[in-house]
Formats: sequence, C-alpha cells, structure tokens
Amino acid sequence: MCTLEKRGRVLILTLTGSGEHRLGPDLISSLRSALATARSDPSAAALVTAGEGRFFSNGLDLAWAKNSSEGLSTLVRLVKPLIADLISLPMPTVAAVTGHAAAAGMMIAVAHDYVYMRGDRGVLYMSELDIGLPFPDYFMDLMQAKITDPRTLRDVTLRAKKITGTEAKERGIVDKVCQSASEVVAEAVKMAEELAGRNWDKGVYASIRMSVYPKLCKSLEIPEESDEAVTKHFASRL
Amino acid sequence: MCTLEKRGNIYLLTLTGSGEHRFNPSLLSSLRATLSSLLSSSHAPNAALITCAEGKFFSNGFDQSWVRSAPPSQHRIISDLLRGLISDYLLLPMPTVCAITGHAAAAGCALVLAHDYVVMREDRGFFYMSELDVGLKFVKYFGVLFNEKIPDNQTRRDVLLRSARLTAREAMDRGIVDRVAQGIEGTIEEAVRLSEEVAVAVSDGSKLAEKRKLMFSETWRHVSAAAGSKL
Repeated sequence: MCTLEKRGRVLILTLTGSGEHRLGPDLISSLRSALATARSDPSAAALVTAGEGRFFSNGLDLAWAKNSSEGLSTLVRLVKPLIADLISLPMPTVAAVTGHAAAAGMMIAVAHDYVYMRGDRGVLYMSELDIGLPFPDYFMDLMQAKITDPRTLRDVTLRAKKITGTEAKERGIVDKVCQSASEVVAEAVKMAEELAGRNWDKGVYASIRMSVYPKLCKSLEIPEESDEAVTKHFASRL
Repeated sequence: MCTLEKRGNIYLLTLTGSGEHRFNPSLLSSLRATLSSLLSSSHAPNAALITCAEGKFFSNGFDQSWVRSAPPSQHRIISDLLRGLISDYLLLPMPTVCAITGHAAAAGCALVLAHDYVVMREDRGFFYMSELDVGLKFVKYFGVLFNEKIPDNQTRRDVLLRSARLTAREAMDRGIVDRVAQGIEGTIEEAVRLSEEVAVAVSDGSKLAEKRKLMFSETWRHVSAAAGSKL
C-alpha cells in the first residue's frame, strides 16, 4: 500500500504498486499510520510523498464504495483526517507528483507545502464534475487555500480541466516541473533536504502553517492556538 | 522616535535615528499619537501619508530586549500596540504609502502591509518575515493581515513558511511592492510621486477608511478591538 523510507533527515512516503493508488479504508489507514510515524520521529525534518507507476493517486476507491454498505460518504469522511494530518505535520512537505493525480488524489498532492510534478506525463484533474459527484466542503477549502488564481480555480473546479505539470507550474499550482518520475522524486528530495537544512523548530513550522491557512485548518478541525499561548511561547524563546 | 513633516499636502512620517526602529511601547505609542493627531484633524482633499525611516533599517520588528526586561504580564502590550497602530492606518482618511527605505523584517513587514501602497528601495534591503528562522509563532492578526494583503498562495508560503528574503524587485514581481527606486531619497521621492498620483482621486478621505474596512474585513475585525484605545 505504502512505504516510509528515511534518507538522512528526509522521510519518503511512497504509494506502492503499479495500480491507481485509489484511496480506500486500507490505504488511508496505512498513510495515516506512516504520517503518525513521521510526526513522532524527532530526527525527521521533511517529508516527500511520491507514487510508483503511472498514477500518483486516481482518487477515492469508488469500486469499494459501490460494494460497501457504507458507501462514498465513508471514504469522504476518512480522507478528511488524512488531509488534516498533512496540513498539521510539523515539518515541510513536498509532493513529488509522479503520475496522474485526480480528485482526492489531487487533494493529497496540493495538501503538501510544495508541489513538484513531472511535465512529460500525467495530469492534475478534479474529475468530480465529469462523473457527477459533489465536492466535500474541505476539498473546496483546500483548493481555495492552495489555488489562489481565480481563473485557474475556475478551470479546475467548474471546467474539470486536465492540467499538465507545465501548465500547473505556469498557473501557480506546481512549484517545479521535471522531465521524468525519477527526476521529480530526486528534485523533491533535494528540496526537502534544503528545507530540512534550515533547522526550523518543528512546532513553530506547524504553527506558522496554520497562520498561513487558518480557514482550511478550521475546516479540517485542526485545533487552533490561542494568542495567549503564542505570547507565552514568544517570551520563552528569548 | 518619529517625526511628522508636511511637503505640500503630503505628510511624511519618519522613523528617526540610525537604529533598527524596533517596536517597543515608546516607539509604538509615538506612532499612534502621531496618527491620532492626523485622525482627529481636517486635511486638504489631496492629502496622503508616507511612512519612511532613516538609516539602514525600515524596521526590524519587535524589540526583544524590551520583552526580555518586561514582566510576562506586560508582554502582550507591544502586540496590542501594533494591532492598534495597524487599525489607525486603516482608518486614515487619506491614501497611505510605505517607503521601505531599508530592511523590513518580522513585525516591520506587518507595518509595511498596513499601507495602501508600497515603494521599496532597490539597491539595498530585504523584505523578510524572519519569524520561522528565529523560531517565533504568529499572533492571529498577523496571519490574517498577510492572508488579505498577499493572497497568492506561493508568495505567501515563501514569505511566511520559507522565511524568504525578498529583494525589492522580487517583492514587486510577486505583487507585494508597487514600485522600486534607488537610495533612501529616491525611494521617498518615488513615494511622493505615487502619493500625488493616487491622492488626486480621493475627494472625500473618510470614504477611504470605510472601503478599507470592507476590503480587508478580516484584518479589520482582528485589529479593530484596539481602534481608538490608548495604551
């Protein structure tokens, strides 16, 4: 389902196998478990997430939802804390989009602080409009937080546009475009190492990320820090 | 600490001295008192306010040595004073132009963003939210102010979550700064030119404050508790 590998101070989370890495209860649980390990590793200072094969992730496991009495709403409910885990992770995160990232799969990608993507293959695609599904509220909050060019947001949500890595870079969704899956992973790891090398306080990093995305954090039910707590922290640092 | 002079219809507020113009209760209270006098008097229709500084620094943020020497119960005073100062800028019945004449860091950047327009010195100085590098968190109104004034995700992420040191040109390319100029005097002159251009359009300054409160409604909500209060 997924592996977590350590290279120095960088953790590499890989969605394994040649399939679509669709998010069903098992994969969601594995990913959350890996992120919990990352969170509690004091020497880990940055995270890279990548996929094997043609897909980064093609979204929710609709087949599972169809065959289960609990259905799609269960998966929507289960993915929310996974996104919250990424948005609250106390270290910089870099997505290495090695293949197609669609719907919930695209949400996983943009939930990272930096998004690197291959330009030779693969698209970002919010497929929901095409397949007749609504967006969960937190998907929209995540997109509004991360895709801040209005026309790009419109094209992603109201046009279900398939966006290549190159176009995504031009339009401000992706930070860097690479020419192959292995290059995007290598560059993402390099960026993660650079960020790890800044030696930032991890609690401060997580706190500042919440300041950058306050509405999103509220939507994901990530507990807020009071001004009082922040002022006390300020004093303790001096 | 600061002086207020007039050049025609334009007010020039200068952070004086060759130091870092760090925000402590004295400087913040002086600035608030100066703005308070502008808020309570009447002005020519083409008035504008430019904020600038002497020396190498525009402002390097909060005065940490003051915090170190103050009892914990007093620490929030400088945060509240800056909050009040920002609300003063939002209420000013004239366009406001920040002339970043030297380094702006941390809370100094917050003061920059409280202005309507920004001119930055190109040959020297950075716009630098240093908090992540020095291990400090933000109080809520900081995050809200940056969210409303820097809506682009990648820029805001680089400024706040990567502690990027932006040159004037980078800051302009990324939409934080309106114009760049050379040298302290050149930056102030460009700020004067910009003020003259934008002040022409404003016939009733009081309407400007109302529009700012609508445009930056979340910021206003977070800073307005302090509006008009004295400390």
